[in-house]
Amino acid sequence: MKAGDRLIGSSAEVRIKRRSSPCVLLVLIAFCFSACSRPAQTTGELRVTIKSDPKTFNPLMAEDDSSDIVRYLTGGVLIRVNRKTQENQPELATSWTIDENGRRITLNLRPGIKFSDGTDFTAEDAVATLKAALDPNLHSPKGDAFRAGGAATVEAHRKDKISIEFEHPIAGLERLFDEIAISPSRMAGKADSSVVLGPFSVGEQKAGEYVLLRRNPYYWKRDDSGHQLPYLNAVRLYVLSNRDTELIRFRQGDIQLINSMSPDLYEQLHSEDASAARDLGPSVEPEELWFNEVRKSPLPEYKKNWLRSRNFRRAMSMAINRADLARVALRGHATPSIGIVSPANRFWFNQNLQPTPYDPNGALELLKQDGFRKDGDVLKDKAGHPVSFSLITNAGNKPRERMGSLVQQDLQQIGITVNFIPLDFPSIIERVTRTFNYDAVLLGFTNVDLDPNAQMNVWLSSADLHEWNPAQKIPETQWEAEIDKYMRAQASTLDRKQRKLAFDRVQEIAAEESPTIHLVDKNALVAVSPRVKNADPVVLTPQTYWNIEYLSLGK
Amino acid sequence: MSAARWAAVALLAAVFLIALAANLFAPAPYAKQFRQDLNHPPTQQYPLGTDELGRDRLSRLLYGMRISLLLAPAAALLSTLLAAIVGGAGAYIGGVWDRLTNVVINLFLSLPWLFLLLTVRALLPLDVPALTSVVITFALLGTLGWAASARIVAATVRDLRNSEFVLQARASGCPSLRLLLRHVLPNVKPILIAQFWISVPLFILTEANLGMLGLGVTEPLPSWGNLLRELENYGALAHRPWLWAPLISLVLVMSLFQFILSGEEYAS
Amino acid sequence: MSLRAIGRQLITVLLTALIGGLLGATLVRFAPGFGAQESDLNAQLSAEARQALHEQDARERNVLSYYAHYLGQLAHGDFGYSRSLNRPVVELLRDRVPETLYSIAIGVGGGWLLGLTLALPATWKQSPLYSTTAALITGVFLCIPSAVLALLFLVVGSPGRIAIALIVFPKVFRFSRNLLIKTYALPHVLTAKARGLSGLRILGWHVFPNIAAPMLALAGVTVSLALGAAIPVEVVCDYPGLGQLAWRAALARDVPVLVNLTLVIALVTVAANSFSDLLTPSATRDVL
Repeated sequence: MKAGDRLIGSSAEVRIKRRSSPCVLLVLIAFCFSACSRPAQTTGELRVTIKSDPKTFNPLMAEDDSSDIVRYLTGGVLIRVNRKTQENQPELATSWTIDENGRRITLNLRPGIKFSDGTDFTAEDAVATLKAALDPNLHSPKGDAFRAGGAATVEAHRKDKISIEFEHPIAGLERLFDEIAISPSRMAGKADSSVVLGPFSVGEQKAGEYVLLRRNPYYWKRDDSGHQLPYLNAVRLYVLSNRDTELIRFRQGDIQLINSMSPDLYEQLHSEDASAARDLGPSVEPEELWFNEVRKSPLPEYKKNWLRSRNFRRAMSMAINRADLARVALRGHATPSIGIVSPANRFWFNQNLQPTPYDPNGALELLKQDGFRKDGDVLKDKAGHPVSFSLITNAGNKPRERMGSLVQQDLQQIGITVNFIPLDFPSIIERVTRTFNYDAVLLGFTNVDLDPNAQMNVWLSSADLHEWNPAQKIPETQWEAEIDKYMRAQASTLDRKQRKLAFDRVQEIAAEESPTIHLVDKNALVAVSPRVKNADPVVLTPQTYWNIEYLSLGK
Repeated sequence: MSAARWAAVALLAAVFLIALAANLFAPAPYAKQFRQDLNHPPTQQYPLGTDELGRDRLSRLLYGMRISLLLAPAAALLSTLLAAIVGGAGAYIGGVWDRLTNVVINLFLSLPWLFLLLTVRALLPLDVPALTSVVITFALLGTLGWAASARIVAATVRDLRNSEFVLQARASGCPSLRLLLRHVLPNVKPILIAQFWISVPLFILTEANLGMLGLGVTEPLPSWGNLLRELENYGALAHRPWLWAPLISLVLVMSLFQFILSGEEYAS
Repeated sequence: MSLRAIGRQLITVLLTALIGGLLGATLVRFAPGFGAQESDLNAQLSAEARQALHEQDARERNVLSYYAHYLGQLAHGDFGYSRSLNRPVVELLRDRVPETLYSIAIGVGGGWLLGLTLALPATWKQSPLYSTTAALITGVFLCIPSAVLALLFLVVGSPGRIAIALIVFPKVFRFSRNLLIKTYALPHVLTAKARGLSGLRILGWHVFPNIAAPMLALAGVTVSLALGAAIPVEVVCDYPGLGQLAWRAALARDVPVLVNLTLVIALVTVAANSFSDLLTPSATRDVL
């Protein structure tokens, strides 16, 4: 996640229905494929990068990217969301049932599993970890989504069976377990990833340089020929924040995998070694622009009127050449957005939405309805104010800065002056979330959870992350009230069809009102060294090493 | 002046003229995006090729030179003057004042000015024209960048104050002002000139770095510093040698200045 | 040099550093984005969880009371706790100081070596070709952004630290060349030359005493220059030193780290400068 990106939810999409047979087949094929190139014994040390020192090794407290990567590589979870099939996959829990209208989940635990220090894993450990996640005093970011279900009771029924019962139902409950790494009960709430159930445990750390993860000798998974996983002896996470340096070291053979490359570095690598650079196609990482619609913002009244006008926002959306943004700013590694949901999010994307055409004249027509007039080369509003606004973005992201320049030129075509100003990230956050002293902002987001439930904090008008006009006491507009209604509707039912219908409506309203203008959906770009065997990169994080236990290194 | 220096003066004057009249010499408007010709190699239409947004590089270089050649020397002059006044005065008066000057200089050298710049940006309205923003930036650079030079000036003046010929002049009743103008200043001058020339490219580069704080030249206006930052695209440098043009031209202009001035120094 | 003078210098050093620390904290506190965290935009977290991540801000809001508290803790050897890196500041400093010292040593040593090696012949020979070439070389390094310089070294597989030396060297070269030319033109040096003394003797006996003071002053400045250059170079090359720490802390508005770093930088700057003042008796002797 680059600075300026935001996480929406953190696990992949989950279908309520249990695993269907075609998906089992897919998993099987994947396994067979991996078996073909399976090495005979454990091999070497895989080296990848993290952007900063992990803030914590406590998997329940992981909030920053680096801590989350360590959590993913070390933590054993009850249910995993398979990053490739996007299905729930049994891990420490062999099966589960949901009843009481989605208020209770009962999980059967896998028997005979040991922690990395050789001690036995029991129901007690799972219960203690879940209790810690639910503990309001611990403020576990990973437990947040569980706490939305109100008061909860966690119980161990036998040595290998546990259940959690919530006050309210939680739609898509199982997918939340993907984030909860189980720690020994004696360490619950203050675990440090040294004793784990995942493929690796934290070995040593040299601050500012690396974190070394060592193979868990008691890891429970085996490949289909019975060989114990993981194949790798160790994973070294170099702390490298500079992406140029990362690529240089990749080419020198010092690093074997790179996630989320920028289009510039991708092109550079591609021109030298086309087989190492891989474009995985559309991801769920939109670039979007929104206008400040906050009533009490310090902007002049006439400007607030522009930004709060639907026609104005729609006109801006039409006047921006999205195809050029994708082709020029992202060097072709993106597709123009259609709506607030990427088509890559296959289930939740509303198929009926039409792409916004690039139509400067149509934009001018819309603006005329609001009394805007072209005066020579300058667009002026009813009162004669020349139309000019500032567009801020986080500095240092070259593709995004190019997008800003393109938007600036596109809007110049219809007589609007855009002052495009990259700022450092804390300044952006302050302006967007506290002082509301901005006109428009361009940012990119990382949607890791494809379920609309993960976006309640954004779409509800009362939410403090309701980007364009947060924390409204009562919805200020009719359409925001409607979005509230549909968002609540999709969250309160477990019927997937009804949820989909409700969220489709949200997408339609968002397209009509354009409170946030989605510009392009970026492609997932990664680099994989030919030395890495069994690599099978996917668009969801952690793209290249989601199947870390099956990776190995050749010569 | 030798023929070589005359040639240098002529060349420099030509560069200045071309940069000042960038609108006459530039083949295209600096902001015009030829979106079908991205990263184009040099052709007759684009003598230095185009950048990643399809803008003519030569035009951007000329306009960038205009801004930076006008403003960076102005900022450097301001900071050198401040250095001379603060450093020189403190050291010349001596005693408590000298120590106080020292403390101020040291503080200036160690404070995280980044945050002051951020605060200034926050106080300015966002919706200001690019030109206002860049003038403010260079003014800030000028007012904040004097401390290192001041230290060197102070050390020199302190030394001169205690040197025999000044002591003698003082003993023989030479008035303070005359002493300052006749004996101290001429000896400090070469140091000030050197500091000035070091500051010019420094400010040109610093301005570009401030772009990430929302200060300095903003899009689509080019500046020399911003163009130099394109060198960070190291992967392209080898097979696109024309990317070096901003650096080569900057080194050339700086060297010309240096050459003309050093000649005068030798002569005096 | 009397003990009293040394004592007075020490007090000045300490006071300057303490004022620097306070001013540094004030600058950070009132900069935009103080207390803003990336997690503020993380929709995955509930409002309450995001709030919890801001606990420490409140303590840093009042600069004066924070600084007083900090100094009190400092007296007990406690440097505070970094909010953004989730570690005690003393550990961060301990890990990173050697890395930066190494960078500075290479930067200052290399810079002076290069600068003087080029400056001395320039004054002896005064050949136009040589001085033009030398001026061109220094010009190139003055005009390349330090980040670019460091990157280019990395690309060819050599340590990016050399970039610091190349940033320091033009300063040393220009200053010492100007100074040397001026000094070689002084009457007593010219007389010595006329008497046919050897080049080394002139340098050692007649030139060096004249240039020692300003050169030492420059030495102080190059140390702080190298420290300043270490920031972009360490950031680009990802060296885990103080420069990289400073940059990360700045982006996170991490007051405890930044206050300590300002103190360190102020101490280094003031100490390096005072050191050169102390070594030059003429500079500290209070005549008049």
